[in-house]
Amino acid sequence: MSAPHPERPARSEHPARSGSAAHDPFRVWARDLGLGMRFAVTGGREGWIRTLLTAVGVGLGVALLLTTAAVPAMLQARSDRTSARSTDGSGAEPTRPGPHTLLVEPANTTYRWYDITGDLFEPEGAEPPLPPGVSRMPGPGEMVVSPALASMLADPADRLLRERLPQHVVGTVGAAGLSGPKELLYYAGAHGLSQYVGMTRRIDRFGGGFPQDPWTPVLIVLLVIVFVVLLVPVGVFVATAVRFGGERRDRRLAALRLIGADSRTTRRIAAGEALCGALLGLVAGAAVFLGLRRAIGTFSLDQTSVFPSDMTPAPELAALIAVAVPVAAVLVTLLALRGVVIEPLGVVRGATPRRRRLWWRLLVPAAGLAMLYPLIGTVAATGPASSVNRPQVAAGAVLLLLGLTTLLPWLVQTVVARLGGAGPVPWQLASRSLQLSSGVAARTVSGITVAVAGAIAVQAVFAGVAGQFTHDTGQDPASAQMAVDIPVRDGSQVKRVVGAFRTTEGVRQVMGTAESGAADLGAAARARDAARSGHGEQAEDDLSTTGITVGDCATLRQVARIGSCSPGSVFLVTGLYGSPPDPLLTPGHRLDLSVPGTPGATGDGPRPWTIPASARTVTGETDATGYERSGVLATPEALDPDLLQAPQARIAITLDPGVPDAEDLVRNTAVRIDPSDPTTTLHATQEAQRYVSLRRGLMIGAVAVLVMIGASLLVSMLEQLRERRRLLATLVAFGTRRRTLGLSVLWQAAVPMALGLVLAVAGGLGLGAVLLRVVNESVGFDWASVAVMAGAGAGVVVLVTLLSLPPLWRMMRPDGLRTE
Amino acid sequence: MSVARDAQAADDGARPGRRPLLTATGLRKTYGTTPALDEADFSISPGEVVAVMGPSGSGKSTLLHCLAGIVRPDAGVVRYRDRELSAMPDAERSRLRRDEFGFVFQFGQLVPELTCLENVALPLRLGGVRRKEAERRATEWLERLEVAEVTRQRPGEVSGGQGQRVAVARALVTEPRVVFADEPTGALDSLNGERVMRLLTSAARDTGAAVVLVTHEARVAAYSDREVVVRDGRSRDLTREPAA
Amino acid sequence: MSIGHTFLGLLESGPRHGYDLKRAFDERFGQDRPLAYGQVYSTLARLLKNGLVVVEGIEPGGGPERKRYAVTDAGVTDVEDWLARPERPEPYLHSTLYTKVVLALLTGRSAADLLDSQRSEHLRLMRELTRRKTDGDLADQLVCDHALFHLEADLRWLELTAARLDDLAKEVRS
Repeated sequence: MSAPHPERPARSEHPARSGSAAHDPFRVWARDLGLGMRFAVTGGREGWIRTLLTAVGVGLGVALLLTTAAVPAMLQARSDRTSARSTDGSGAEPTRPGPHTLLVEPANTTYRWYDITGDLFEPEGAEPPLPPGVSRMPGPGEMVVSPALASMLADPADRLLRERLPQHVVGTVGAAGLSGPKELLYYAGAHGLSQYVGMTRRIDRFGGGFPQDPWTPVLIVLLVIVFVVLLVPVGVFVATAVRFGGERRDRRLAALRLIGADSRTTRRIAAGEALCGALLGLVAGAAVFLGLRRAIGTFSLDQTSVFPSDMTPAPELAALIAVAVPVAAVLVTLLALRGVVIEPLGVVRGATPRRRRLWWRLLVPAAGLAMLYPLIGTVAATGPASSVNRPQVAAGAVLLLLGLTTLLPWLVQTVVARLGGAGPVPWQLASRSLQLSSGVAARTVSGITVAVAGAIAVQAVFAGVAGQFTHDTGQDPASAQMAVDIPVRDGSQVKRVVGAFRTTEGVRQVMGTAESGAADLGAAARARDAARSGHGEQAEDDLSTTGITVGDCATLRQVARIGSCSPGSVFLVTGLYGSPPDPLLTPGHRLDLSVPGTPGATGDGPRPWTIPASARTVTGETDATGYERSGVLATPEALDPDLLQAPQARIAITLDPGVPDAEDLVRNTAVRIDPSDPTTTLHATQEAQRYVSLRRGLMIGAVAVLVMIGASLLVSMLEQLRERRRLLATLVAFGTRRRTLGLSVLWQAAVPMALGLVLAVAGGLGLGAVLLRVVNESVGFDWASVAVMAGAGAGVVVLVTLLSLPPLWRMMRPDGLRTE
Repeated sequence: MSVARDAQAADDGARPGRRPLLTATGLRKTYGTTPALDEADFSISPGEVVAVMGPSGSGKSTLLHCLAGIVRPDAGVVRYRDRELSAMPDAERSRLRRDEFGFVFQFGQLVPELTCLENVALPLRLGGVRRKEAERRATEWLERLEVAEVTRQRPGEVSGGQGQRVAVARALVTEPRVVFADEPTGALDSLNGERVMRLLTSAARDTGAAVVLVTHEARVAAYSDREVVVRDGRSRDLTREPAA
Repeated sequence: MSIGHTFLGLLESGPRHGYDLKRAFDERFGQDRPLAYGQVYSTLARLLKNGLVVVEGIEPGGGPERKRYAVTDAGVTDVEDWLARPERPEPYLHSTLYTKVVLALLTGRSAADLLDSQRSEHLRLMRELTRRKTDGDLADQLVCDHALFHLEADLRWLELTAARLDDLAKEVRS
């Protein structure tokens, strides 16, 4: 913004009067803005209402901006805390027990739709490390829990959860150890953990570890686009909010012209009024944000909760908002008054609005395209996140979306000009009114247009790159819904475990195998010798091994195409993934079932076993849990499972869909056997965590934006109705049905909305297509979700129209005819 | 509404003249704590032009609103052709206003977005008349009120006098039995005011419509057959009271 | 304008000397032209003769100055009839109308009633003129308009006066 240049004659006068207040542009601006601000608060009831509307609108926008500005810090604080309690280790863990070591086994579990984070602890010395937020180490049979989990455990309705976690609660985990106030987390004491069984590891401190699931360049593009798509509508909304009540204000300004203010002065005064609203809005927005911040600790959305203290905007972003919003308010007002001539005797808007020109309106989106075009094909699926030119992506997308708001007024004007006065009365009233004020109509829906276009584009990109972040698990949830993997002491325990699940309520079918490994008998002996002479590790690593699976015929049939089978049968699966046949897997080969160097198996002697001559080579198959075996498949009659070394019970469970809590009943059975909850629920696909949380964030943001835009739509709709109060009363006086007026209001909202949505779909698809090319994906759209986005936009407009009907009915009361 | 009453109403319509078309007795209406009408009476016969006079704030407009069924009085009875208007539901009163009443106000009555022709045709179209037919009849009325030249223009583009004549055309286009005019010349200069009044009353006389004319100007009231004075919410019909 | 009726009205508030009557009259209605003594006594003589006033008492000293006049019941009725009877509407009626309004207020009568009946009378004539104007040629229109505007102006002035005096009377009475 530049200060207004004095006209030429004024400049020639300047030297003579330099320093006089009337010619110092800063003084003039300050005076007029100040005057405007005074009018904003002293302008009587009308002025107040206008200022309040603007303040509320700007306040909502500011609250949303502040919230967005707080997101990076919030994510950082959360990830700081979760990595501080991490037990993943960095590879430098102690190998032997010491006074400061602790055995840890992750014991995350799932109860209904709640994911519960948990660890089992077994201190090996007197001074084990404590995780953040925990003041005392739980002993065996004890646990410390997060407050949210504590209250859930106390709820009698969650009896099944209490059975899952029967340990005695001896303390709570403080905020320092939680990602959010509603996080479900426990640390339980255990005994008998073994470093070599399952996921157990030995640590001497918490924290550290490698970051998992890093940001890929594509994710960075997605992140940028999500922010753009959420913030551009907020900007448009704020711009709309400072124009609330503009028509009345113009009339007031006309009165100022009458007493001698020139048209620039009136503009500056108008800007001052908007500035006042915007400043109040800043305060209101900060208040709303603080209120939100205070309230946010009390609820969680999709298992994500946030500590109020985490929701702190970066100071530089907060400062930027505090400056940009008032400046934008002044700029928007000056821009909006460009087409309005405020004359001393009233406001001239021109009987026939001037025709809007298309060419410069096309420049904005064209510039956006021009910025995105060079990026096409440059963003790879992997690579350093810094390779992405974020400003260019953001600016291109912003320009493309803003371009829609410049195109929309032209589109609305061009289309409604073609609408005749034909059709029923409500249609006639609506179309005529749109012709006369197409700009207002376009402005009211521009926010929603941008929001929907952005949503369509972002959805397209999300759908396009979904393949990069979703992988096939190979699991078949149709035949089995849960898998359990439990390390057991010996083969006979497998039978016990399978039996335990069979008798669990809600279980229809259980398939269980006992699995372990084997090596060449001679090679194993050599490795043992090497270990005794101190060179064991290399020999153990070089040892080639194969898998051993023991199960009955029915079970083996699920894991390989075995053909005929009877007790005592043995099958060989080799050449998995096209690899050459394993020389170990030949009938008559002598194997050692005790593989030297296997964790937890140190010190065992050899367990020789010969592959029977009857063993047949067969083709393996992926089972319902997505697991494909190779090696020896044997019936228990051919290979006693008790011979297996440190076997694993691998179980697939088919649930009875009629039992509501079947999954939790199975998990409860599982934790009785192994408290680390060895169960998995089977899904055909799995999505990358960052991708999922980004999409979740987008959803939350999109809902907030739609609600906000709906609110602003409602305000401007009511405002337009109030302007027409007297006319409405007159129409009612001469017998107009409510339905007629209601329908005309609906049409008046529906036509620009339809045009806005057409533009939104076109713009969204365009932006989506370009972005898909940018991230190297083929262009394709999921039309159903495009329809959902457009439908959501339409839904907001319809909802707002319905909400504005009761005030319309009230305004249609004949009181409007009374002269004030 | 009983059948007998309907029959009576039809009968009434068959012989215009002496029987009152619209009567009000004992009307009371309070806005907030301010009484606008206090035991006001009124009556008008078919074809009659009655001026309602009185100072501002005396309740003139409220009386008109009650008579026209726009406002329901707190107490008292408004009868239109032997039907109790004050007891009708809103939908029925709306229908009556659409089909049998016409309205002219001082300000803001024309829909600014519609052309003058569309404005005049509007009441017909609200009553279900087809667009072509409605606009044909509207054109006739615009000619009759000497504003044919503004047919295609919007209200914002015509002068106050023209606009008011368009409003009169709109009030008369449905050939109503009663025209309610609230300060119809209030915003006009003398010449235009006279012209509007001349056209309004002569058109009303031609169609046999009764006119309730609220005004505070004697020169406007002089176009009436009779005047009723409203003062502090009470009405006096001086024409009916023998002068002392 | 009727001096006789005005005297009767003034006497309604209490008996007065002739001189007092003149002074009261001059103050309120005389504008720039005070009544001549001769006119005062001739008017009072006429009212006496018609039984509308009586001499209530003669104060010692003799001479016409000492006579106090009081209004009779017939006099009061006469004033009442006069006030209630609208004047024939004609231009430049204001002095009579003004007198009537002031007298009505002085005697506790309603100025509004007076106004209403006068307006009704004015309107009767204005309707007549309007009709003539509507049917007549341009000359008729001009003439009628002239009369109409004057009649309207009188009425408006009267209305304003009545409103102001009503307010004043309310103030005085309260």
